[in-house]
Amino acid sequence: MSNNSPFLRQPASVQVVMLKVLAALLPGIAVYIHFFGWAVVVQIAIASVTALVAETVMLAIRKKALKPFLTDGSALVTAWLVALTLPPIAPWWLAVLGVLIAIVVAKHLYGGLGQNPFNPAMVAFCALIVAYPQLMSQWPAVGFTDFGAQMQAVFGHRDLDAVVMATPLDALRTALHTPEARATVSGVLGSHATFGNIGGRGWEWIALGYLLGGLWLVQQRVITWHIPAAFLGTLGLASLLASLASPDQYAGPAFHVLTGGAMLGAFFIATDPVSGSTTPRGKLIFAAGLALLTWIIRVFGAYPDGIAFATLLMNICVPLIDMSTQPAVFGHKGKQP
Amino acid sequence: MRPLFGFTGGVKPASHKTESNQGGIVVAPLPPVLTVPLRQNAGLASRPLVQAGDRVLKGQAIAGPGGSISVAIHAPTSGTVRGIETHPIPHPSGLLAPCVVIEADGEDRWIERTPVDPYALPVEELRTRLRDAGVVGLGGAAFPSFVKTQHGPTQRIETLILNGAECEPFITCDDLLMRTQAGQILDGAAVLAHIAGAQRIVVGIEDNKPEAVAAMTAAAQRAGLLVEVVAVPTRYPAGGEKQLIRVLTGIEVPFGKLPPDYGVQCFNVATAYATARALLHGEPMISRLVTVTGNVERPGNFEVRIGTPIADLLKLAEPKADTDRNLMGGPMMGFALPTLDAPVIKATNCILAGSKAMFPAPGPEMPCIRCGSCARACPMDLQPFEMYWFSRAKILGKAQEYHLFDCIECGCCTYVCPSRIPLVDYFRFAKSEIRAREKENEAADAARQRYEFRLEREEREKQEKAAKLAAKAAETKAKLAQAGDADDKKALIAAAVARAQEQKAEEKPGVE
Repeated sequence: MSNNSPFLRQPASVQVVMLKVLAALLPGIAVYIHFFGWAVVVQIAIASVTALVAETVMLAIRKKALKPFLTDGSALVTAWLVALTLPPIAPWWLAVLGVLIAIVVAKHLYGGLGQNPFNPAMVAFCALIVAYPQLMSQWPAVGFTDFGAQMQAVFGHRDLDAVVMATPLDALRTALHTPEARATVSGVLGSHATFGNIGGRGWEWIALGYLLGGLWLVQQRVITWHIPAAFLGTLGLASLLASLASPDQYAGPAFHVLTGGAMLGAFFIATDPVSGSTTPRGKLIFAAGLALLTWIIRVFGAYPDGIAFATLLMNICVPLIDMSTQPAVFGHKGKQP
Repeated sequence: MRPLFGFTGGVKPASHKTESNQGGIVVAPLPPVLTVPLRQNAGLASRPLVQAGDRVLKGQAIAGPGGSISVAIHAPTSGTVRGIETHPIPHPSGLLAPCVVIEADGEDRWIERTPVDPYALPVEELRTRLRDAGVVGLGGAAFPSFVKTQHGPTQRIETLILNGAECEPFITCDDLLMRTQAGQILDGAAVLAHIAGAQRIVVGIEDNKPEAVAAMTAAAQRAGLLVEVVAVPTRYPAGGEKQLIRVLTGIEVPFGKLPPDYGVQCFNVATAYATARALLHGEPMISRLVTVTGNVERPGNFEVRIGTPIADLLKLAEPKADTDRNLMGGPMMGFALPTLDAPVIKATNCILAGSKAMFPAPGPEMPCIRCGSCARACPMDLQPFEMYWFSRAKILGKAQEYHLFDCIECGCCTYVCPSRIPLVDYFRFAKSEIRAREKENEAADAARQRYEFRLEREEREKQEKAAKLAAKAAETKAKLAQAGDADDKKALIAAAVARAQEQKAEEKPGVE
């Protein structure tokens, strides 16, 4: 019994925070399932089981209490984020490997909950895309939702030529980076079977699902508006300026904001408080830097999406950003009436 | 209508005011023995004026001010002084301290009371009277009020703020006082404003006390005083001095500065009432209103004499069987009383009985996830989670850089923390650690100074001794030269050797 004031406590807990994050992911996941089939759920299940096993083993090795940490929900949040960044038809062991990297290396080797300087899910994504670039870019075509065929891809022999497709971001980048194709943004976006809508068929709806859940998190005060607003704002502005300067070469803000992992990143990845900035101004700088790096890697880099690498790069800057953006405290704000 | 400024942060716990503010004020019976601690105010303890066996009258001074920041203490009833005894006082550690113990004679006979017309006396005289009437801040800090009516040459007091916010959950003694004694409160406030030289009075009351706001507004109109009664939004800790000043005037008084640096001074409504009793009625501070609430059958407000055992007071409210702790003060900033033997003192605004059901133990403490809830709840705009990092690691310099000492220990951060980290405890620890180190440094400095002084003294004595010896040698030489005679010489040398030996023997024990 704590015998010091305050004797009243708000009924808040890490568990409630994490469960709210999981709940906020549901609308996006539902749309994801609609377009890409139940394999999404299978990936999430594989990742969740792996995460809980890895968490248990690591807690036992570190001689920590199992119950409070296993039930805090943080491992599940990491697992879901890893699963949502993998192609739904990726082989099962890819999800297992990713989650192990996230939980064992990025989380527990750095000291467990609250201690990791890097976003665990993004560490996993970066490791996987560097090690298995091909597997990580084999997305099922939108509408390929045949569960049997998907499970064959996940657990059995992979023979996917007919059903695999690049993501809209990947397809656009490949086309624009191939000189002999003489592609233009409007040409690619207008022609390709992957496209047709704003952020790629299906993708913009998934993004809107994440946006819905993210706004709910803001309303629930689990996250503040700073990071999503600065991230989406900067990504939109960078792509707007570039597309105005050269519309054939650079896709516009609507495409960039509604495609790939932008919305997931804005509300669920960049907002990880442990590895991100915490001061109001720091959050704006952190998210703006993250968005700018994302855009640069997307447009000029060799990888289909840039959020993961940008997140790790910005994670490094967090102590510096936080230190130099400390808000003025009561009575030290300068002007007095 | 005055524009309000608000403050960032704060929390809104359930207020639990209605339990205790529905009934009237009950006068607590006179206990057979009263234990009046000699230290009741912030600053220095009072100096006893009575001894065992003395007969005292109600309102008679039993202790005088023990320094410049100290006030008098008075017998709460008539009776006989049993003695000055060490006795538990209300303190988180169960501290024992000297108390004047008075056996009541049951007659409750007043000393002669001398009301004054405050507007006919010089303000210095009024301050002395306030001090000698034992008036201290009754909001909880018990700082001598007469000191707060003064200001330095670079300071000024234009606005007197009357604090009726009472933002802590459960406590309603100020609410009841404002409902029943609004006129006296404003009379006292006017006197305080007169002494301090303030031109206007602003009363801040949280808007969850509409009856108090109405009573104070009506009293202000009746008296024709230039008083503004302002209902401020209910949000803990709106009654914190700095927060209330901010809400009413927009001024933020930083750590290390005082309200008069910004033209403001703040008094609790009960302090204003005590001022009126002291000067307009000649009654020193011998009782106060105390809320007894929480896990009790009959919560309410009691007019209690200083020195009444808390156990006696609590009995009046009939604590429930499962009561497992009793707090002095509210649930946000109060402390658990280790013993109910301790008496009610001037700073006692509330006795709050608690149970496991009322204050459930928080879940297991988890690591900080830097979610920033604490920073959003902090009314001082601090970053508690950063201070926590450094306090926990005992990197105290860094904790201070993050404005540790600006923390007012209101408890909002601990209240909201999803990891259930007792953040304020870390800050209290870090502050006391820093103060202890400063004390140590001061002690070391003093020791070094003493040592250097001793070296200097020893050096000086050595030189003086050498000079004396030289003078003596010269004298002897002169004598020898005069004497010439061999026998005389021998005798002189023998005498000198004997003296030297004597001196050596004398010096030996002193060798260090």
